[in-house]
Amino acid sequence: MSDAVEVKTLIIDEQEVSARRGQTILEVARENDINIPTLCHLDGLGDVGACRLCLVEIKGSNKLLPACVATVYEGMEVSTNTERLRRYRRNILELLFAERNHTCAVCVSNGHCELQTMAQEQGLTHVRLPYRNPELAVDASHERFTLDHNRCILCTRCVRVCAEIEGAHIWDLMGRGEACTVISDLHEEWGKSACTRCGKCVQVCPTGALFDKSKVGSDQPKNPDFLPYLNLMREAR
Amino acid sequence: MSKLKLATVWLDGCSGCHMSFLDMDERLLELAELVDVVYSPIVDTKEFPDEVDIALVEGAVASVDDEKKIKKIRAHSKMLVAMGDCAITGNVPAMRNPIGPETILDRAYIENASAQAQIPCVVVPKLLKIVRPIHEFVKVDVYLPGCPPSADTFHTALTALVTGGPLDVSALTRFGA
Repeated sequence: MSDAVEVKTLIIDEQEVSARRGQTILEVARENDINIPTLCHLDGLGDVGACRLCLVEIKGSNKLLPACVATVYEGMEVSTNTERLRRYRRNILELLFAERNHTCAVCVSNGHCELQTMAQEQGLTHVRLPYRNPELAVDASHERFTLDHNRCILCTRCVRVCAEIEGAHIWDLMGRGEACTVISDLHEEWGKSACTRCGKCVQVCPTGALFDKSKVGSDQPKNPDFLPYLNLMREAR
Repeated sequence: MSKLKLATVWLDGCSGCHMSFLDMDERLLELAELVDVVYSPIVDTKEFPDEVDIALVEGAVASVDDEKKIKKIRAHSKMLVAMGDCAITGNVPAMRNPIGPETILDRAYIENASAQAQIPCVVVPKLLKIVRPIHEFVKVDVYLPGCPPSADTFHTALTALVTGGPLDVSALTRFGA
């Protein structure tokens, strides 16, 4: 095989597009201004397909594929916005809202939250499932930041940014199903962990689960845009 | 054409939705050309009327009294609108759910009492174990999220509902708006 870039041609939402071998459906779609909703994906981090919002239909297959991790192939026909997908996306958002205590009105991320914005974009006006109302902890042991499990959607952006970019890997997941939760170190308080205090996890968190103590009220926009730039600079080094 | 009968109801909420409704200001006069407000915390009627065209309900269902009211409202209203986040999600009143009503009552009336510590049990209705959105009790026709929905949201949505025009709620408002 030569090193020449292998080009694949495929169809996304009836639009013919070309892609390089190994690209994901999501990458190709966004290059062509086709919007596929995502929550766990973030430019600059490895993808894990955790949130399932980016599920797409592939012609000839019964299985729905997460566009953030599924790679393209020649002749692939992708639909990103069918009635079935819109229904599933609303279902996923309803499950996220019902699972923990997302009280938008009093959340530090009100107005800057990707979950809240996504609900609005997907036309979600109410949650048909009963709310679980779990009793969850808030870890305020860190001198600069707070972790509020009530708002966490387990997207694992914090886990990935800490492991992949900062190289500290103090975050990870513990437990399964409804007991699954983000932990620091081996389930230590955040303030007692090996945290480097860089704050990247706070900036990439899509909701109010991680926030900066020094800010007041809901005036806390997150700025995850540094990531692709940081990666670019490191590659150039 | 006879005017539509509009009711507004205040369950477990802060009345902020009603305040925002009133913030329509002079546009209320336009609305008054189209509807009669037959029942509301801001008018004097004591009993929910037998026939209401549009009922706007603010607040979650948090007590046995709220539960009784919302069922009566549904039975006598052609269209029921869940007004604001408390009615739709439980919102702030539902923040007591993980803790439970006994702990909350203890905190408010026993631990923090400076005199005559006792939990009120007459006249005030019994609290439900869990605060829930109104659609878990009755069918809701229109959801208008927001904390509170803005006056502009009210104006656009009510104009659409009264005239039967199209209404895209998500273009107007969201949870926590």
